[in-house]
Amino acid sequence: MARMAGRRTLFAGPVLLVVTFGVFAVAALSPFDPVKAYAGTAGLTASQAGLDQLRANLGVDQPLLARWWEWLTSALTGDLGTSSVMRQPVSDVIAERLGWSALLALCAFAVAVLLGTALGVLAARRQGGRLDRAVSGLAYTLEAAPAFWLGLLAVWFFSVRLGVLPSGGLTDAGSDVVTAGQVARHLVLPALVLGISQLPWFFLYVRHGVADALEEDPVRGARARGLGERRVLLGHGLRSGMLPMLTLIGSRVPELITGALLVETVFSWPGIAAATVQAATSVDFPLLAALTVLATAAVLAGNLLSDLLYGLADPRVGFDG
Amino acid sequence: MKARTVRGMAGATAAAVIVTGAAACSNPGGGAAAGAGAADSAVVGIATEPESLSPLLGYGKDGNSKIFDGLLAHDAGMKLKPALAESLPEVSADGLTYTYALRRGVKFSDGRPFGAKDVVFTYRTILDAKTNNASKSELDAIADVTARGDEAVVFTLKYPYAPFAERTVLPIAPEHLAGGQDVNSGEFTTKPVGTGPYVLTAWSKGEKLSFKANPTYWGGEPAVKKFTMAVIKDDDVRATRLRSGELDGAVLPPNLAKGFKADKARKTYAAKSFDYRNVTLPTEHPVTGDTAVRRALDIAVDRATMVDKLLEGAGKAAYGPVPTGSPWFAAGTERAHDLAGAEKILDEAGWIPGADGVRAKNGVRAAFPLWYTSGDKLRQDHALAFASDARKAGIQVTTESGSWEVIEPRMRTDAVLAGGGSPADPDFDQYLTLNSALAGDGFNNMARYDNPAVDKALLDGRRSADPAVREAAYDTVQRELVKDPGYVYLTHIDHLYVVADRWDGPSTQTEPHDHGLGTGPWWNVESWKPKRK
Repeated sequence: MARMAGRRTLFAGPVLLVVTFGVFAVAALSPFDPVKAYAGTAGLTASQAGLDQLRANLGVDQPLLARWWEWLTSALTGDLGTSSVMRQPVSDVIAERLGWSALLALCAFAVAVLLGTALGVLAARRQGGRLDRAVSGLAYTLEAAPAFWLGLLAVWFFSVRLGVLPSGGLTDAGSDVVTAGQVARHLVLPALVLGISQLPWFFLYVRHGVADALEEDPVRGARARGLGERRVLLGHGLRSGMLPMLTLIGSRVPELITGALLVETVFSWPGIAAATVQAATSVDFPLLAALTVLATAAVLAGNLLSDLLYGLADPRVGFDG
Repeated sequence: MKARTVRGMAGATAAAVIVTGAAACSNPGGGAAAGAGAADSAVVGIATEPESLSPLLGYGKDGNSKIFDGLLAHDAGMKLKPALAESLPEVSADGLTYTYALRRGVKFSDGRPFGAKDVVFTYRTILDAKTNNASKSELDAIADVTARGDEAVVFTLKYPYAPFAERTVLPIAPEHLAGGQDVNSGEFTTKPVGTGPYVLTAWSKGEKLSFKANPTYWGGEPAVKKFTMAVIKDDDVRATRLRSGELDGAVLPPNLAKGFKADKARKTYAAKSFDYRNVTLPTEHPVTGDTAVRRALDIAVDRATMVDKLLEGAGKAAYGPVPTGSPWFAAGTERAHDLAGAEKILDEAGWIPGADGVRAKNGVRAAFPLWYTSGDKLRQDHALAFASDARKAGIQVTTESGSWEVIEPRMRTDAVLAGGGSPADPDFDQYLTLNSALAGDGFNNMARYDNPAVDKALLDGRRSADPAVREAAYDTVQRELVKDPGYVYLTHIDHLYVVADRWDGPSTQTEPHDHGLGTGPWWNVESWKPKRK
């Protein structure tokens, strides 16, 4: 197990290296011009000489390889460079935002996994039953519903109609101290929306897995031996039904990141997802590369996690041979 | 302790947490009352967030930054008034030297005194080639800026530039803080300190900017003690949060602002603006370069319908860069929608309708592409309306959308649905868009308009300090644009804001194309007073 984790970590190095180069290459090929993005509306009245000076200052007239190498060497010494779109060091941008995004994603993930598993087990217990039909129908609908739309719907219902939850921001708009209570209240809607948008995947996998497991011989045997329904369901059904879901956990990480983007936008959540899009459309090389490294690391860690969980849940599965 | 008991306790704890959470959730009034609703605080929703709050990088260059003051400022009528300067500048007879006497006893919000060296530092830093300020060409006229003692600042210009004083609304940064760090990425870009009516207390990027009243403000401490700008990019979300009472005010597009018309507790403000939408007619294109086609298009467009249908009435027909309500507008240059007149001009110029109704002359079809920036609904609507009006006169306009990166290489010969406008002085916008010397320089003069009479008038307008000469010059420009339009100006757009009716003081200034932080009814939030009930 430790060997697998170690080997994967070693492997992550070259992967990240290739990914950062890919980011620089794709960004260089993209039709977006960093100078225009930097200047914004001011660029529409700036003189050509002014724009040329800006291009030289930003260093974007350098060839691709030189820019990447420069970024890489200074990143390895701990200097992630300066974000041109945020006008501040990349490390500051990430430090300010990453925590909030992680909090949101973790809560949403917990909602999706816990609620999805619980509903999945209940639905699998009586396949075709009223609960199963209702929840399955809802799950297919949610799978098709964009997180953005769900967010607007939640704001309309909980904030405007009922007036029970704040509709956006990290804290009340008028307050500038960040207290745990305020953040918790403001976290409810975005975390629920993001979690619910991920829920169908977990629900459907668990429902299917548990239902299949309940049909298997060991379960029949257990039932025949007179074991309680609860033991059968949780001890046998859930245990093997969970296996496909554990793989899912890792593979949902990228989806969670993209989903977070839309949710962060709707709820003015000061996270990293919105910064990622801004970095991409502004061809902000240093910020984009740093964020891509983070996202890639999250995906690699997600995959490792699901493989580890899989191995723990099913002793028949080895850890990478 | 038995396992069962442990599990039970864990369950009880979890239940308690959930109950507490639910209780907190069911009490939204508690926290919200401290923000929106309190008499001395205001929360407004804005659509765009600044990249930086450093004036050295361009923040607040048009005045009205809450954190900083310029040497001068604009009043409600857009007239210049002294701010950090004691009075309006003394201008030398040749128009080349501007001397500002500075206000005494002003302090930055960190307690350090403001002085002439800060002014010199600010302007010199912006003009420095290493500073990534994209607006620095606006200060092109400056040859040098020097301090005269600690009480006065002298600008020397490269050429006489009548509207120069308008540029000195630019905010002044403290040298003692901003001077010692990287101007492009230092801490000052996110934690600014100025002399203005408000002090930035927090900037949660992507969420909000929080300000508190500056108790030592030289103009007196503002009555609105807390001021928050919530960053809400999506129009619908902004309208929803305004409705739910979390915001006291917000900028809204016309269709959403309409929903608040009947609301007794909120007022809708329509800010008049110089913000125009126009169609560039590239001089180098065989069709749009023909004066007959230009004149025909100019009267074939139905501006009144565009204002009614595209802007829901929140705007005005535009006949040139200057809106009809402005004192700079040349009376008599209004053109009515005249399709018959347009057809007559084209007939006389030899553009004869073909079998498909599209005109042609010497084998050249009267057709050209029109680009608009993708994702901009308003520009798309204008482009489609323009194309449909042109088609009625027998000119085929194909609309295409793309980002500026796609459009820029085509600007030389293809028409573009553009926007612009600057209310402070007619020179600011017109010199850049109409001057033949700037044809194709960056995004300046996109149509490569070339009219010697206009070039001369633009020079007269910027060089002479005599108001009569200047007025005559800009009248000439507007009349020349009727005879030979290089652009078809379509509409001037009102900016709409909805604000809770709890204060005396909200009003609007004439606004530029750009929606900066300083625009909107809160341009003068420092002088709002709570309404007496």
